[in-house]
Amino acid sequence: MIDWIAILQAGIASGTVLLFAAIGEIMAERSGVMNLGVEGMMLIGAMTAYRTAVTIDQPWVGLLFAMLAAGILSLLHAVVSIHFQADQVVSGLAINFVGIGLSMVLGEGLSKAGAVSLLPTITVPLLSQIPVLGPILFTNHNPMTYLGYALTPAAWFYIHRTRPGLHLRAVGEHPAAADAMGINVYRLRYGYVFAGGVLAGLAGGTISLAVSPGWFSELTTSGQGWIAIGLVIFAQWNPWRAAAGAYMFGALRRLILDLQGPQTLLGFANPFFYTPRLGFFLQMLPYALVILILFIGSREAMKKRVGAPAALGVPYIRGERGT
Amino acid sequence: MTGQEMSANPVGGQGWQFPFSISIEPRLTVPKWLPALISVGSLGVAFVIGGIVLAVAGGNPLAIYAHLIRAAFGDIGVFNDTLVKASPLMLVGLACALAFRMKLWNIGAEGQFFLGAWGASAVVLAPILPRDTPAILMIPTMMLAGVACGALWGLIPGFLKAKFNVNEIITTLMMNYIAVSWVLFWVFGEWSESGFQMSPMFPRNAWLPRLTDYAAQIPQFAGLTLHAGILFGLIVSVVVWFITSRSRWGYEIRLIGDNKEAARYAGVDIARNTMLLMMVSGGIAGLAGMAEIAGVVHRLQGAISNNYGFTGIIIAWLAKLNPFAVILVSVLFGGLIQAGREIQPSGVPRMLQGIILFCVIAGDVLLRYRIQITRR
Amino acid sequence: MSASAPLPDSASSIPYAVEMRGIVKRFPGVLANDHVDFDLRPGEVHALLGENGAGKSTLMNILSGLYRPDAGLIRVNGRPVHFNSPRDAIAAGLGMVHQHFMLVPTQTVTENIILGLSEPRFFLPLDQLDQRVLALQEQYGLRVDPKARIWQLSVGEQQRVEILKMLYRGANVLIMDEPTAVLTPQEVEELFHTLRAMVARGHSVIFISHKLDEVLKISNRITVLRQGRVAASGIPAHEATKAQLAQLMVGREVVFTVRKKPVQPGEVVLSVEDVCAENDRGLPALRHFSIQVRAGEIVGIAGVAGNGQSELAQVITGLRRCSCGRVVIAGEDIANRPPRAAIERHVAHIPEDRHGVGSSPGLSLAENLIMKSHRRPPISNGWVLNLPMIRRQAAQLKDEYNIIAPSVEVQARLLSGGNLQKAILAREISAGPRLIIAVQPTRGLDVGAIETVQNLLLKEREHGAAILLISEELEELLTLSDRIVGMYEGRHMGELNAEEATLAAIGLMMAGTPQGKPATR
Repeated sequence: MIDWIAILQAGIASGTVLLFAAIGEIMAERSGVMNLGVEGMMLIGAMTAYRTAVTIDQPWVGLLFAMLAAGILSLLHAVVSIHFQADQVVSGLAINFVGIGLSMVLGEGLSKAGAVSLLPTITVPLLSQIPVLGPILFTNHNPMTYLGYALTPAAWFYIHRTRPGLHLRAVGEHPAAADAMGINVYRLRYGYVFAGGVLAGLAGGTISLAVSPGWFSELTTSGQGWIAIGLVIFAQWNPWRAAAGAYMFGALRRLILDLQGPQTLLGFANPFFYTPRLGFFLQMLPYALVILILFIGSREAMKKRVGAPAALGVPYIRGERGT
Repeated sequence: MTGQEMSANPVGGQGWQFPFSISIEPRLTVPKWLPALISVGSLGVAFVIGGIVLAVAGGNPLAIYAHLIRAAFGDIGVFNDTLVKASPLMLVGLACALAFRMKLWNIGAEGQFFLGAWGASAVVLAPILPRDTPAILMIPTMMLAGVACGALWGLIPGFLKAKFNVNEIITTLMMNYIAVSWVLFWVFGEWSESGFQMSPMFPRNAWLPRLTDYAAQIPQFAGLTLHAGILFGLIVSVVVWFITSRSRWGYEIRLIGDNKEAARYAGVDIARNTMLLMMVSGGIAGLAGMAEIAGVVHRLQGAISNNYGFTGIIIAWLAKLNPFAVILVSVLFGGLIQAGREIQPSGVPRMLQGIILFCVIAGDVLLRYRIQITRR
Repeated sequence: MSASAPLPDSASSIPYAVEMRGIVKRFPGVLANDHVDFDLRPGEVHALLGENGAGKSTLMNILSGLYRPDAGLIRVNGRPVHFNSPRDAIAAGLGMVHQHFMLVPTQTVTENIILGLSEPRFFLPLDQLDQRVLALQEQYGLRVDPKARIWQLSVGEQQRVEILKMLYRGANVLIMDEPTAVLTPQEVEELFHTLRAMVARGHSVIFISHKLDEVLKISNRITVLRQGRVAASGIPAHEATKAQLAQLMVGREVVFTVRKKPVQPGEVVLSVEDVCAENDRGLPALRHFSIQVRAGEIVGIAGVAGNGQSELAQVITGLRRCSCGRVVIAGEDIANRPPRAAIERHVAHIPEDRHGVGSSPGLSLAENLIMKSHRRPPISNGWVLNLPMIRRQAAQLKDEYNIIAPSVEVQARLLSGGNLQKAILAREISAGPRLIIAVQPTRGLDVGAIETVQNLLLKEREHGAAILLISEELEELLTLSDRIVGMYEGRHMGELNAEEATLAAIGLMMAGTPQGKPATR
């Protein structure tokens, strides 16, 4: 039998990782800077967090360092794409390669480390008693999951109902207008790229210290950074939609693992149990699904004529034509 | 106004004054030698930065670099190995360079490489041709199959981009993961050699000719595994050069890459060109997969790519999308991969590649701006 | 640095509202401001007059804190100031309304008005802010819905938002950069009314323009800039004449050498019949619009920006889909065919956006000159480019059209606006067009280049080309066109013959009141 409650519960936990990364990327892209280095930044975060936990046995400090390390990496992207006006696609890819390579170099031997302290799990006293939702949302989750619940509305509110959020949107839509009104376009863009990096680092740390503990070099993230970027496009830069997508993909990850276990599926012989290599098709599923949601998102965007922040990917040069 | 400004200190603020004034002006013309100089300079800076990181990580950068050079270019044997590694890199680098000309971000060369390898293998393993087909027929069929499968793998994101404006960066990347799973599905099952995670060895008539095959005639060739795949790279580089700088299609590609709106205005069919270019780019990457399978591995298995597809992106950029420079840079990166195999920690080549790409794009600022430092 | 600044008029001991002395600003290859002096008295409208590229915008960008001058001194109300950013200029009470509005299209009016302010600190009490904006509107009689998003507003409304934005910040001095370029004559009157009301309340206004009539009408004093230098400083408007100002602006006597020869129009080349189309935001831009252009005539379209003119040009050239109607060129309907269909029927298109659409900035001048002809002999055989031919032809066009560039290999982005426009005209006209769609062909050019462009169009008219001219310069429409069609919200507002057309009648059509002959199909 498939335990749907367990799948959804695990999905919420691993969806949190995607949520952090996606909201971080939303922040950066809303300010006009696309950072394709999410995967690399997550790996740096995951490695740093785990390494710190192994060395000083302090998972919380590990998370802090993970955020810092990924944030610093994102600043490289900020310098090159904001000040040097480099192509943001290529710069993001470079961040990715640096992140992967660096985490492999610095994470050498880490996979053989012994037991480390991970993030604790918490069951919320009253809320966990709610039928169905209680076990899924409020039972045995690590603190990051609860943080994720708060992050989505907070991010939406920040973007749409606060002064800094107003400035953030202005800088991404029409930097010249923001500049003329005395908003420091460069400083804000640096800030939000850094914030994106910090959140990607947090996402990485959450993987290695809570969701699937350990360091497995590239396989630690296995493309989740890219899925997060796909989610941002699908979400049309809206944190709520990003959250929905993130939790869905989180649940899917767990479902794929669980589908291969039982001998029967819905009363039929489980093909994935009897022919394990069919499991490779299950492994393709999240990636194929990203393509599918991008397709759906693009059609929707075409119809509703909503799009990326107008200045996304365009370096701002004061006094130049256009945005 | 014609002017544009980049303040050296956009954050503003007075107070402490830097003793030198740095003036940054847009460069109006670029001397022909400058891009090459910047590429070489960036490479140098990258190795210095990489060295610092290695030293911090507890290694001895000089020893590591010395080892890299020796293990990549030290003697004819290792240089042979370097060129073997460079062969797929050339093709993949050219595939990326061609697509990037149109600002089409084909990040999927890795997947197209896998599909190319799979298609070529299918000719032998399915089998499409009988095992004892003469090489003269077998090899071209494998090439064709490899190119076709790579092209198809490129066409899918190309089609989605052209018709529905689906972001090709993400789709090509997702296609990589799907391609790997696809190949694994076959080597774990249908084509598995008695349960091992690899296909049986191809017959000799499905092997690309290697130098060592001619050792009987030229004894110096003994043991040299360099195969005909490197010729594919050289030929394709000429073809890509001709397409981009001499053909009408190349002109349209460059026009789209520089200004899509102007291309549309000039009557260029962007959707058609997007699909076509993704197919050609994917086909070239597929050919790389075929060459690797038929020239080096001689069987299909999960581990056939040393991250070639991603390295191709870096190569294309370092070569400034120049197809001949791709050849040179590929040899360099071939050496890095070849020599990096024995280096601990194993991530060093990957990290160096990333730092190189980063330095190259950071260096590009010198192409756009002239920076002068004068004493106040 | 300039000599020491003279004291303000002895007539008043009140300091100048703004005083700029010896301003120098250099850009690579250009001396944009060469020791410019400028001053503004409290409660006056001071016009800054000059051609495109004379350095007006640079001077005002310095005053609004966007650029830092290389040399010179600025005083506001008698106190020296150093602006490091627009924020400083705003704090000093200077508010600039840019020619291209600095508004975020996806945000509401209120959001745009409070953008960049330090109050409220964090949370945005949007309803309360809307109220405050409404109160301000009441005070100045500038009405616009505070909850509307900018992209939903007309250009005139957007300008009101810009002015409100500055008033909200307590701007004492308003800098208006070419504010009338996008308005109907009637809206211009309204704007002048607003400006006078503001002056009456003690504000001062710097009015940047290249239109002599308007400057004479609204300003108290006039300063003329020419090639980065002051050609005349603060002359009282009531003493100035149009001819005198024109000469100061251009530096020589202005003789209008654009002369239209009589041409007998031939057969109908372009017939737009009942066309509907949407703009980029999915809103109707053309509503059953019809127009005909015959060989050897210029038909001008008069309309305020954003009333469907751009979309009309795009529908004819195949760059935009239309949802109904026909576009018949030489007897064949090419509506909704790809852009190539129009190109192959010898339709030349001088697009509105010469940088974004008409040229490819990163390609060379030569490569820009073969856009469209690149698929035919002699430029290519369909597959391979004929490089020597491309170079030869480019060199020839460069000479013939007097395109100033170091070589034909230079990147198009390095050409000046006028030379780029000449290159586009060279490309489009050398193809021997049957129909020319010219959209804002002289916008942003200096007098010499304007003359060249206008004469080229007239020459093509004499050669029997049909020309559709879309322009916001009413003078230009009156000079060049044989017939003028008014356009308002995508509709045909009637047609006037060039002889009978008056500015007032055109203005009425632009504001939505039909005049003259109705549309025929």
